[in-house]
Amino acid sequence: MNIIVCLKQVPDTEAQIRIAPDGKSIITQDIKWVMNPYDEYGVEEALRLKEKFGGEVTVVGLGPKRVTESIRTALAMGADKGILISDEALEGSDGLAVAKALAAAIKNLDYDLIFTGQRGVDDDMGVVGSALAELLDIPNLSVIVKVEVAEDGKSVKVHRPVEGQTLAIESSLPALITTQKGLNEPRYASLPGIMKAKKKPLEEKTLTDLGVDRAEFGAGARKVKIIQLTPPPERKAGRIVEGETPQEKAAGLAKLLHEEAKAI
Amino acid sequence: MAQGVWTIAEQRDGEIRKITYEIVSEGRRLADALGQELTVLLLGSNIKDKAAVLGQYGADKVIVADDPRLAVYTTDAYSSVIAELVKANDPAMLLMGASVQGKDLSARLSARLGVGMAQDCTAFSTEDGNLVAIRPIYAGKAYAKVSFENSWPQMATARPKVMNTNEPDSSRSAQVIDATFSLDDSALKTKVVDFMKDESGKVDLTEADKIVSGGRGMKGPENYQILEDLADLIGASVGASRSAVDAGWRPHADQVGQTGKVVSPNLYIACGISGAIQHMAGMSTSKVIVAINKDPDAPIFQKADYGVVGDLFDVVPALAEQVKKYL
Ligand SMILES: Cc1cc2nc3c(=O)[nH]c(=O)nc-3n(C[C@H](O)[C@H](O)[C@H](O)COP(=O)(O)OP(=O)(O)OC[C@H]3O[C@@H](n4cnc5c(N)ncnc54)[C@H](O)[C@@H]3O)c2cc1C
Ligand SMILES: Nc1ncnc2c1ncn2[C@@H]1O[C@H](COP(=O)(O)O)[C@@H](O)[C@H]1O
Repeated sequence: MNIIVCLKQVPDTEAQIRIAPDGKSIITQDIKWVMNPYDEYGVEEALRLKEKFGGEVTVVGLGPKRVTESIRTALAMGADKGILISDEALEGSDGLAVAKALAAAIKNLDYDLIFTGQRGVDDDMGVVGSALAELLDIPNLSVIVKVEVAEDGKSVKVHRPVEGQTLAIESSLPALITTQKGLNEPRYASLPGIMKAKKKPLEEKTLTDLGVDRAEFGAGARKVKIIQLTPPPERKAGRIVEGETPQEKAAGLAKLLHEEAKAI
Repeated sequence: MAQGVWTIAEQRDGEIRKITYEIVSEGRRLADALGQELTVLLLGSNIKDKAAVLGQYGADKVIVADDPRLAVYTTDAYSSVIAELVKANDPAMLLMGASVQGKDLSARLSARLGVGMAQDCTAFSTEDGNLVAIRPIYAGKAYAKVSFENSWPQMATARPKVMNTNEPDSSRSAQVIDATFSLDDSALKTKVVDFMKDESGKVDLTEADKIVSGGRGMKGPENYQILEDLADLIGASVGASRSAVDAGWRPHADQVGQTGKVVSPNLYIACGISGAIQHMAGMSTSKVIVAINKDPDAPIFQKADYGVVGDLFDVVPALAEQVKKYL
């Protein structure tokens, strides 16, 4: 069973986000970049399937050179090889363009399953997985917390939580699965794993290598244009409900919620 | 020239889901601003009798795609039918709710149609006849105002519970149209084989009007009963921080935050939650936030509308007693 995991590098969830003077982008210096947390679940699930069925796990990341670090992390966890798609012309691409480049890199590979995160914790878009599946003409199963591949390796059954219930869905393979928290507990890279990762193949590709039209990528080709970034609406610290006893405080709070906030 | 605002209805077991009324109401406002028609697409099986109510919420037309294979949502079937209808009718805007279904459908459809899409928006407006959307990014640490470049329909999804729902007007009615579409069985590669209902029986957090949430300060799974009791009284659902979920006290589905659910209830009561940035990411679009925490310096108090400094094991049961006056 050959598995591909797509991996996006995103600002650490603790990172402070500051808006750049152009009002349309963020200041990236001082940001610590990490593997999108949802992609860790993808790497882990791929490794578990590989342990069961054999085969190879390939991680594919698109972005600047720094993405190499996250690919190495996945290799250290146990993935077999990495592909970095890196090209200046990609800068500022939207999700659809990213999916196009990923599809161009993946379409000639031999794969049964592809994992992506259900969303990147940067733009919070969640479009690349579905778009990639569309371009490869395979089914996508999104926001998945359980994956069971049939013994013959030809189909998969997944659990997808939706509002108020969880659906069990069957699909033929190849298919693309987007990961949700709860799928697994990602392992940490071990020291021997980190040593081994240094020797694992990591190929780098440009758009030219992929044979695609450069004009379809980058900020100029965006279909969703950012007009302006603003800080979030200010949420001011409200009031502390005072009282001598918990009962008094609770009474004060209940009254405020009823009379002032009209929330109960 | 692309014309008209389209919104997609969401049904489950033949019943229209609430998010539909939110997006239809918002679609009505946009259609009025543009002076164009609002069309709602309704997909399902034996679903036609549900078209009338969509008219009451503001639809001018309801296009009904009725087929047993559309009874239960699948990405394959829904994206195939909707893409065909969109191509045949050329709407200017295509909107849906950012429910689990809506997020999946919008992503796949936007790629099929080759158009731009803005996910999980909190406000829409129009500028020169074009859609402009506001969406939180970086977990709400910034807001992006976005527009669409040379791509129609302009596509977006709306965060649940954020858009105002119109009062249904029983004097309004929509023209109901049977959709013509071809749905080839060979396009259907996935099948829903089982439905497992959540045990809690409560409204999903993303759709809840009120949420009582507990964090590490709850000290153990058994103590959530005091939150359940308060929640039952005021009609709330119960959420949790990641610490509580990772400790195994609560199911993953209850986690609120950057790697959990994004919620926008009218009332969010955080009990024993410190207010980490990743937690705030999931609930900062709540209308009223209450914090109950024994540490007066807990960061959550910086964002809460009302705070109570105290031991939650005293304050929460007392609050449950006190709210009874107002129910
Ligand atoms: C990649 C990543 C993603 C994350 N995603 C999420 C996410 O989606 N959601 C999320 O919630 N977190 C998330 N986190 C974790 C987050 O950083 C915090 O660790 C977590 O939110 C803390 O949970 P807590 O507030 O319950 O616990 P703590 O921070 O330990 O706070 C417990 C609070 O309870 C109070 N308390 C204790 N006892 C009492 C009492 N008797 N009465 C009243 N108050 C009491 C304390 O004063 C304290 O403020 C993420 C972290 C990372 C790195
Ligand atoms: N630049 C990228 N390189 C590799 N994978 C990506 C990239 N962007 C998005 N993805 C994948 O798509 C998922 C969802 O990202 P997004 O659609 O950007 O929210 C991520 O978790 C990745 O698995």
